[in-house]
Amino acid sequence: MKFLLPYKILLAIVVSYFFYSYIIYTQKMDTEKAKKTISPLALEGKKVFQKYNCVSCHQMYGLGGYLGPDLTNTISEKGEVYARTILKYGTAKMPNFHLNDHEITSLIDLLKEVDSSGTFPVKNFDITWFGTIKEK
Amino acid sequence: MKKTVGLSFILLSLIALLGGLLFGCIAAFQYVLPDFLKELIPFYKIRPLHVSLVISWIFLASVGGVYHALPKILEKPLYSNKMANWHYWTFLLTGIVIIISYFLGYFGGREYWMFLPVLSIPIFISWIFLIINFFASVKNYNVNLFTQTGVTNKMVWPVYLWMWATGIIFFFLTFSEAYLWVFPYFRENIVREMTVQWKAYGSLIGSWNMLCYGLAIYVMEKTSGKRISCLPISYFLYFLGLINLILGWSHHIYILPAAEWIRLLGYAISMTELIILAKMIWDWKGLIVKGIKLHSLPYRFLLSSDFWIVANLVLAITISVPAANIYTHGTHITVAHSMGSTIGINTMILLATIFYMLSENKKNTYRKSELKMIETGFWIANISLFIFWISLIASGIIKSFYMTQNIVFQQIMISLHPYFWVLALSGFTLFIGVILITIPLIKQLSIK
Repeated sequence: MKFLLPYKILLAIVVSYFFYSYIIYTQKMDTEKAKKTISPLALEGKKVFQKYNCVSCHQMYGLGGYLGPDLTNTISEKGEVYARTILKYGTAKMPNFHLNDHEITSLIDLLKEVDSSGTFPVKNFDITWFGTIKEK
Repeated sequence: MKKTVGLSFILLSLIALLGGLLFGCIAAFQYVLPDFLKELIPFYKIRPLHVSLVISWIFLASVGGVYHALPKILEKPLYSNKMANWHYWTFLLTGIVIIISYFLGYFGGREYWMFLPVLSIPIFISWIFLIINFFASVKNYNVNLFTQTGVTNKMVWPVYLWMWATGIIFFFLTFSEAYLWVFPYFRENIVREMTVQWKAYGSLIGSWNMLCYGLAIYVMEKTSGKRISCLPISYFLYFLGLINLILGWSHHIYILPAAEWIRLLGYAISMTELIILAKMIWDWKGLIVKGIKLHSLPYRFLLSSDFWIVANLVLAITISVPAANIYTHGTHITVAHSMGSTIGINTMILLATIFYMLSENKKNTYRKSELKMIETGFWIANISLFIFWISLIASGIIKSFYMTQNIVFQQIMISLHPYFWVLALSGFTLFIGVILITIPLIKQLSIK
C-alpha cells in the first residue's frame, strides 16, 4: 500500500473540501432578510426563470448575462406593474415569451423575494482602511 | 499520425472552439444590431451555445491532452483505451443532444450549465470513466519516478500529475455541487443558493485551470528538457493553487449578504493562482537554451499566455479588492477578466499543448504557407483579443460610473454602443485569427 500515499493525500483534500463545503452550506447569514425562505409561488417563478433561460440576458446579484438589466431590485425600483407589463409584452430587445398569467405572477413573486433578500448594487457603504466595504 | 483517443478529443475540441467563437461573434453583433439573425437564432439561444461550446473546448482539449500525454509519461498504455473511447463518445453524443436542445429552446437555465439537468447525467458518467482510467493508469507511477530522479520520497508525483488528478476530482465535485439547487434546502433560500452557485462555479474554473496549467507545465518541461515539475517550488505553487481552488471563489460574493468571514477569506486568498503560473513560466523561460526552433510554435503560444497572465493578474488583483469590486461586479470588467483568462491564458496554453503534441511526430510538418497562416493568425488573434479586452474594460468602467449616477439601464446601453461595436468587430477578427491557427491543426489531426 506504500505507493498509494498520493491517493491518501488526495482523499484528505477531498474530505477537507466536504467539511468546508458543509460550513458554507450551513452558514449564518449576516442579515435577517437574507435568512428568509422563499414562497412556493416564487419557487415556481424560479422554474419559469430557468425554463425561458432568462439568465442569458439578466443578472441577479450580478450573476448572469449583460444584455438586460440586473433584476435584484427591479420591484422596489420600477414597481410591480412595470415588471408585469414587460413580462406580458416584451420590449424591442426582449422577446415576448407569451407567458401565461400564472407564469407572470410566479415570476413577479420571485422578483419580490429576491428584492427583499438584499440590495445590488450596494450604493450606501463605507470603505474600511483595508479595502473592504461596510453597508450602511 | 497514429490516432489516439487523446487526439480525437483534441480534434473535437477545436471544432467546439470554432463553433463557440462563431456563436460568440453572432451574440456580439446582436448587441449592436438587435435584429441581426434574431428570428433565426435569438440571443437567449446563442449565449448558451457560445458558453457551452467554449467551456467544452477547454475541457475537451485538456482531457485530450491528458489522455495523450499519460501513456508517454507512464511509458505504458492507458489502463483502458476502451473506457477512454466510451468517455469520448458519451461526451460527443451528449454534446450533440445539448446543441439540438438549445436550438429547440429547451433549457436548464443556469449560468454556465444552461442545458437540461437530465443531460448532466451522461457527463457525470463519462467523467467517472476518466476518474477510473486516470487513477488506475497512474497507480504505480511512483516507482518509475523514484528510479529516474533519485528522489527518495516515494510519494512524489511530478506536479502536473497532481494538477491533473486534482482537476479531474474537483471537476466532478464542483459539477455535482452546481446541481445542489435541485434540493429544496438550497433553492429555497436566495442567498444560500447564490453562494453555493458561485462556490461551485469558482471552484469549477479552478478545476479546469488545474488541468490546463498542468498541461502547460508538462509542455514547458518537455520543451526545456529540465525536470521543473519536481522542483519543491512547483509543489509549493501547486498547493497555493489548490488553496485558491477551494477558497478563492468567495471573492465573487462580496456583494451577497452572506456571512462576512466568507467574504474576508475570499479577499485574503484572492487571485494568487495567476501569480503561480506566471512565476513558473518566468522560470521556464530562463531554462530554455536549446530547441526553441524545434518547438517554436508551443513556445510562442506559451509566451503569449505569459503576457495575458500578467495583464489578467493586474485586472484580477484590482477587482479582488472589495472596494473596487463593488463598482466592477456585474459589469463588463468581469467579462474582460473571464475572456482574458479563457482566451488569453487557457486557449493559448491549450494551443501550445496541441502544437507540441503534434510536433512529437516528425511526420507532422507544416507547409510554408501553413506556417505563415499560423503566424498571421497568432498576431491577429492576440491583437484582436487585446482590443476586445480593452473595450470590455472601458464598457465596464463607463457602466459602473453611470450606475453610481443612477442613470437608467437603457440609457447606459445606448452610451456604450460605440464600445460594443469595437467589441463585435474585434471579436470577429479574433475569430478569423483563431480560424487561421486552427485550420492547419485540424488538417493534421484529420490525416489518417
